[in-house]
Amino acid sequence: MSTPKRRLTTFLNQVPLFLGLVLLWMLLWGAFSWLNVLTGILLAAVVSVGFYLPAVQLGLRLNPWFTLLYLARLGFDIVRGSLQVAALALSPRYTPSNAIVAVHLRTRSDFILTLTGVSTSIVPGAIVVDVDRVRSTLYLHVLNVHRPEQVERFRNGVLAEEHRIVMALGSREDVERLRQVSGEDRSEQNQRARDQHAREKRKRKGST
Amino acid sequence: MSDELQDVISAVLVLTGAVMCLAAGIGVIRFPDVLSRLHAATKPQIFGLMAITADVAVNNFTVGTVTLVIAIVVFQALTAPVAAHMVSRAAYDSHRVRVDVLVIDELGTRPD
Amino acid sequence: MQIVAVIAGVLFGAGALCALYRIVRGPTVLDRVIASDVLVATVICAMGAEMAFNRHTDTLPVLLVLALFAVLGSLSVARFLPVRDTE
Repeated sequence: MSTPKRRLTTFLNQVPLFLGLVLLWMLLWGAFSWLNVLTGILLAAVVSVGFYLPAVQLGLRLNPWFTLLYLARLGFDIVRGSLQVAALALSPRYTPSNAIVAVHLRTRSDFILTLTGVSTSIVPGAIVVDVDRVRSTLYLHVLNVHRPEQVERFRNGVLAEEHRIVMALGSREDVERLRQVSGEDRSEQNQRARDQHAREKRKRKGST
Repeated sequence: MSDELQDVISAVLVLTGAVMCLAAGIGVIRFPDVLSRLHAATKPQIFGLMAITADVAVNNFTVGTVTLVIAIVVFQALTAPVAAHMVSRAAYDSHRVRVDVLVIDELGTRPD
Repeated sequence: MQIVAVIAGVLFGAGALCALYRIVRGPTVLDRVIASDVLVATVICAMGAEMAFNRHTDTLPVLLVLALFAVLGSLSVARFLPVRDTE
């Protein structure tokens, strides 16, 4: 059934979560001591065996620079989002107008999908109403939307958020897919620009 | 001097947190439906909590305090969206959303 | 500092009263749950402010526990909400 090698990879996949549990235990005690480490390891073992969850594919890749960038941007966005909602609640001329927007993400990883959902719910804007795992689509409720352009801007914001997360933590496959998609976009844009150029040229020729 | 400065920083942070809490309360009253109220209930608090716990950490700058403060903020930031998602899905599934204040509803028109 | 404490207290109190109003009035169960979440968050912030004013950290573990378990209420209500309650 499971070869030793595969068993090793699943074990390695669990290690960060295990260490996280031990760290959390020490944090709750607020002190570092060998007794805490020991009981932490014991409890982490009990938790991860007793409350078994399907393993998350973490991808085991972490780009420190992009992670830092992502966290900094996240902190900034949290403050901005809080201030926006607070200002909206306090503003005397508030007229309710919301939207539920579907955002198709480019990643296929549950981990990235979850992370994007959580990040977009604490930054300006949205609450996750529903998730379509198969199509990796988030359905988000957005506050204070009046015009269609705002919906598009919001969608681009979420995609940018996903881009940052994939650059920071996504698997190599995801980064590759992202590059491909944006490459397609670019070539499409170039094509459109060329068409536009040709049309203008023709127009100029016609007018002279 | 430095004591006064600390007092000023402390006062600003606490007042920020208090205003955020008040804004959340007012938002919960003024916003028209469950989903909008969820926005008011999740967002301003995180910033308010960050401001106030930062104040606690500044006043008592030790490793234990700072790590606990970070843990509090991280937990709040991780759990609030989950709760919001559960409540919003329950609200949407039981048709408690006011459709008249929605500009677009791409969930209602999704392909099955 | 005394004045700041009074102002902050009034703001916290007003926020909590708003949440209470929504708990009493709230047309649906979900509204009440949301409002009680806001109330808990206000209590957390007020306890933090008290710590900041009096320069101690005794109630920090309480804050941690509240931050961890405040979710459970809304989670369980949302999870076990009967559908027939809609109309």
